[in-house]
Parts: sequence; C-alpha cells; structure tokens
Amino acid sequence: MTARVGIVAVGQTKYSPNRADVSEEELAYEAVKQVLESTGLSLSDFDGAVSCSQDFWDGRTISNMNIQRIVGAHLSDEDKVCEDGINAVYAGMARILSGHHKLVLVMAHTKESQAEKSLIENAAFDPAMLRQLGLDFLSAAAMQAKRYMYKYGITAEQCAEVAVKNRGNAKRNPFAQAPLDITTEDVLSSKILSSPIRLLDAKPISDGACAMILTTEERAKKLTRKPVWILGASCCYETHYLGDRDLAECDALAKAARKAYSMAGIRNPVKEIDVAEICEEYSYQELMWMEGLGFCGKGEAGKFIDSGITQMDGKLPVNPSGGMLPGNPICVAGMARVAEAVLQLRGEAGDRQVKNARVALAHGVTGACGQHHGVMILGR
Amino acid sequence: MPNRVAIVGIGQTYHTSKRPDVNYAEMVREAVVAALADAQLSIKDIEAAFMGTMETFEAIYLPDLGMAAEAGFFGKPGFKVGTGGTSGASVVAEGFYFVASGLFDVALIIGCEKQDCGDTTAAITAAATPMWGKGSTTGAIGEFAKQALSYMRTSGAKEEHAAMVRLKADRNACRNPYAHLKLGLKSVDEVLKSSYLVWPLRILDFCPQSCGACALIFASEKRAKKITKKPVWVADIETVHQEVFRAGVFGDPTGKETYTQHVACERLYKRNGITKPRRDIDMAEIYEPSNWEELNLYEHFHFCGKNEGWKLIEKGITEIEGEFPVNPSGGVIATNPIGATPTIRVAEAALQIRGDGGERQVTRDVKTAIATALGGPNWTVMTLLKRSL
Repeated sequence: MTARVGIVAVGQTKYSPNRADVSEEELAYEAVKQVLESTGLSLSDFDGAVSCSQDFWDGRTISNMNIQRIVGAHLSDEDKVCEDGINAVYAGMARILSGHHKLVLVMAHTKESQAEKSLIENAAFDPAMLRQLGLDFLSAAAMQAKRYMYKYGITAEQCAEVAVKNRGNAKRNPFAQAPLDITTEDVLSSKILSSPIRLLDAKPISDGACAMILTTEERAKKLTRKPVWILGASCCYETHYLGDRDLAECDALAKAARKAYSMAGIRNPVKEIDVAEICEEYSYQELMWMEGLGFCGKGEAGKFIDSGITQMDGKLPVNPSGGMLPGNPICVAGMARVAEAVLQLRGEAGDRQVKNARVALAHGVTGACGQHHGVMILGR
Repeated sequence: MPNRVAIVGIGQTYHTSKRPDVNYAEMVREAVVAALADAQLSIKDIEAAFMGTMETFEAIYLPDLGMAAEAGFFGKPGFKVGTGGTSGASVVAEGFYFVASGLFDVALIIGCEKQDCGDTTAAITAAATPMWGKGSTTGAIGEFAKQALSYMRTSGAKEEHAAMVRLKADRNACRNPYAHLKLGLKSVDEVLKSSYLVWPLRILDFCPQSCGACALIFASEKRAKKITKKPVWVADIETVHQEVFRAGVFGDPTGKETYTQHVACERLYKRNGITKPRRDIDMAEIYEPSNWEELNLYEHFHFCGKNEGWKLIEKGITEIEGEFPVNPSGGVIATNPIGATPTIRVAEAALQIRGDGGERQVTRDVKTAIATALGGPNWTVMTLLKRSL
C-alpha cells in the first residue's frame, strides 16, 4: 500500500449483560461520544460513516436507521456492514484509500440482551436442509470443537486454559463485562451447554458498542500525536454447508491472514506481531484461529498455549483485553479487537499494556464455525 | 488520485413473483454466471465479492454466508451490506470504493432479493421504532399513498398523469426481456379503474414484489481496458441518508422538508459540472416504487422545475424515444426485487451507455447516465455513469 490509513481515536462502552437503561442509539452514542471528545471533532466534520449492526439482533428492519444522527449521517453518507464490525473498519479503510472520503466514523452496536440468540442463529442455516435440525451457532461450534479435538488430540484442559487466561486478563480491562478468577478445574466442572462446550467455554450474552475514527495519513498526524496505521487487512468467506468442510480446519482465515500479512510485509507472524486480539466466542476457537493465523502449525495450538507464549508475559500475548469470552456482543466484537489493538499500540492499555507493542493483529469472525473471517494488522 | 472504476460485466435474472424452481443461492448464481459470461471472465478472475440484500425480507440471517459456494465467492474477501431499499446501491458504492482504493482490481457486486421466502411488508413495518411507530406503520404502501396525496395537492397533477407514467413503464417493460410485470396496458382508464390499495394509491400505481438478482463486475482502469472494449465508467457516487421516520417523509405537507435527493444532486451535479441535468445527462434509471413517486423524483432530481413533473410525462419527454428517457427498463413499478432493484438501475443505465439496451435502447445517444436509489426513510444514492471519462 502506498497511502496509509490512520485510526486516530477509539471508544467503547463497558460491556454489560443487560443495558435495559438505554436504547441502541443511546448505547452507541456512549462510544461515539468518546471519539468525538478525544479528537475535538464534531459530527458535521465527517464526510462518511460506516456502521455495523444486525436487523435480526435489533429486531428492526434497517437496523442502521435509528443511529443516523449519532454518526453524523443526517443528510450525509453512511453504509451498514452486516458481517462482524472489523469489516466496517475495512470498509472505512477502503473509503479513505479511494480518495473519496477524508474522515470516516466507524461504529458497531448490538444489544444481545433483547433478542433470542439461538432463534436468530438458527435462521442463518439453509432453510430447507439444515434449519430443521435445530442447529444454532453453539451446537455447530460443539461439532466443530469435537472434530478439532479429535483430529488433533487437543484436550479439554487446553481449551479451558484459554478461558482461564482470557477471563483473567479481563480483570485488568475496565471495559470487560465478566472478568473471573478461575482455574481449568472450574471450567471443566461448569455445566455442559453442548458437549464438549461448557458454560465457561462460552461467552455470555452482552450489550455494547464501539466506535473509531479513520482518516488520511496527513490528517491523522494533525489530529493526534499517536496515530495507529492500518498496515494490512483482508477478509474471506468460508463455505456454508458444515458437511462440505473439514470442521477442524479454517482455510478462510488462513487466506485472509496471508493477504493481510503480505500487505503488511509480515513473514513470520509470531516474531513480527507483538500482540494479537482474536475473536473467540468459544474457548476452542482461540486455539483453532491461532492455527489459521499461522501462529503455529495445524493441530499445534494446544502445545502453543501450554508453552505460555500467549500469556501476558509471553512472546505473543493473545487477547490481553480478555477477548470475547468475558463478554462482547456480536458485530461489536471484531471492532473491539481493533480498538484494543489501537490502545495497545498507543501505550494506553493501562494495567494490561503489552510492553513496547509496535505491531498488533486484530481478528473478527461471523457465522457458524467461522464462516467469515476478517484480519487486520495495525502498527505505530 | 483515486483509481478509476469501470463496469465490465452485467448480468441479471429474469424477475417474477415466485421462483419455486430455485433456492436463493441458485437464483443469485444465475446473475453471477450471466455477469461473468458478459465480461468473458471466470470466477477465478474475481478477487472480491460484495452483496446488497435485506435479511428480514427472507427471514434468513446472514444470507450471503449461505450463498458463498453457489454464487462463487467462497474463499474470497467481501461482505454484505443492508440499508433497506438502497442496499443494492450501497453495495455498488462499496465495490466502487474498494476498487478505487486499489485494494482490488476486479470485484463482483451482487444485489438480490427472493421475496417469495418471506413477508416483506411485515418486515418493513418492523422498521419503525418499537415504542411509538409500529402501531401506525403500514409498510411502503402507506408511505407512498401519503406521498401521492401530497404531490397531487401541491403540484396540480391529476390521477391521469400518474396513470400515464404507469402506461410508459408498462410499454417499456414489455420491451425488456428481464422485466417482471408486462401487463400490456392500453389506456389511462385501465389504470384508473384498478382497485385501491390505500387511497389514492391503486394496485396499478404500485410496484410488485419480485424475486431476482443482478450482478455487476467492477474493474480498475488497467484491467477494464483488457477485459472489454465497452467499459462503462462509474464516474461518481453520492449517498445521502437522513434521520428516522418523520411524518410526510416521502411527501411534504409542510413545504419545509430538506430532501436527500436535493442534497445528493447538489453535491453530485456540482462535482461533475452538471448544471442542466436534462442536457448534461442523457437518460436516467430512477427508483420509483410508485408512478406518483416518479413524478415527484423528476422534480427532486431537477429534470424539471417544481410542480412540473407531470408536464414531462404529458409531453412524452421521458419516453424511450423522448428527449430525456427515464426508466426505459420499465422501472421499479414493473420489477422490484428490493435488494437487486438499485443494482438493476445501474445495470440498465450501463447497458444504455454500451448501446446494449436491445428493444429498450433509447433513441438519444447515451454518453452519460444516472442511476438512483431510494430506501429507508427516504434515503438517496446516486450513481453517475459515463461512456468515457
């Protein structure tokens, strides 16, 4: 890439199990307000906005309709991306690189508390063949976890380590919803949701919003002393029918990662990336996605986490924010990963700061068993 | 300087009320295959795919994920957008920005809707705010009945003028092999005798619910010139959204509304040196859910002065053989697969520029064309197309 796109501000709500006290619009504005205040910009300064939300989760057709005025879209430009929020950041990046926009507000919001998760997820499956099986993303994830654990000998303890690490990291993240001091035994003795996935292997229902400002290199340098640059980004579709795939593999993620790495000039991700934020709706996913991201070989993520590399004091801390497991809503999760990557690169991650983080990776995922992945590489 | 972006492939399905012969993905595939054939490309040449469609209309959550294999974008980057009626234009904007950014050289743009799977009017009603809107919302028909009434009252147009718009649309649709409703209407009386939906809107004043898909292939300047001898350049795009539902959002009983169409025109025309739209643009494909809205939009897009829209139809100016043809395809009132509808507007305008409009090719030489979209609480997307930049 010749031109660079800068992220000059990020904002997010504290993630919460139920924000019945606010509407979606009010919730989203909590995040937007932060980026406006930190840059001194007003909504009329933006020449475009990209939002991310879901009609199904909001229970409203055209779910971006009610957030127009809080993203500066009244009599202005806005679009709504329906995949995870990291793709809205990607769309914002394309707008800046195209030269057609100079300053773009990106925002994701979802209140999971007001919807029925499994009913919505069931509606994602092919209506004729798969829906009637009663699949939701949890039961699909359980099949994937089983296949992955069986194929590569990944143990329930290794999955549980992810839950322990991430919920522990969340203790140092003021935005986190449910930080917990737990052990692998606690995870393994928590109730089974869908075998082999247990309560503590899964993320809780969550409400929240995230926002950020993207701009040109020139403008970014004027707006902040600490701009963060998007060095590479891509996303990729996986196929739909679970039976058409080896569920132990995540080829779409590998493809998205390769593209993002090549844009960013990264050859050895573990060596060159200082911190990674990965969307793990279920604990086994952090292991699988690390393989897709090329942090380790196929089937080696169990040993990889055992080695301590991904702990806060390891060589490549993964999810210092706590990731999705302590609670992040759909749509927002991937954008929250980008937000945390930005905070880490700016040295503003407080107690969870990874020392001297210069290059960060953010990942977002959409659909059952990782049907769509987004990867973004960010740098100081 | 942004990279220039060209349309190098155009494909659409035929459109009809029900497609029990195919599932959603198979239907979309038809449009993709047609666009690839038009561009003489293989799916391997496609670097990314973007989709515009509404989820609640089919009650399928994340429908693009379900189509990735059949429609050919499995293993490729891309995402879906959903902005209501404008979805199929928002996705054109995404494709435009991504190719202009240099991130991709060849991208597939898909607009689609398979309305036989769901209940669109119920879904549109669910767009209103749950606190105070849902009880008083009637889907699109009620909104456009209000618009018709307020247009009639302020402009002096008669029902006969709206009927003439319908006759034009039907004549044009009959010349378009892809159009949905081809009624063979002969007289104004036939339209005026059709039954009321919501007064003053009659059944022949309003669009059908269609199933269909439209696919476009966008390419960067470098690639476009190698792919086709007849690239159609996407010169500019303007998206203008606004706040949520207000009373009279499609019509203006107060006379004080700011219309997104006016804002979009002001910006797009100014950037592209368009001072007299009917002179500087050669034809338009506009998103008119009803014949009354077409008259209204003539004025909003400055094809004529205020309260003069009905005079254009009276004088035959917007006919295929007219001075400034509007919707030679038959338009939305003949064919409305919602997510595909704005993409079809762009496709049809591009076909006119290429001279590939077949029986519906307009008489005027089309060097510059405009395609518009309408959705949500009267949001507007305008796409300016040119034969050469």
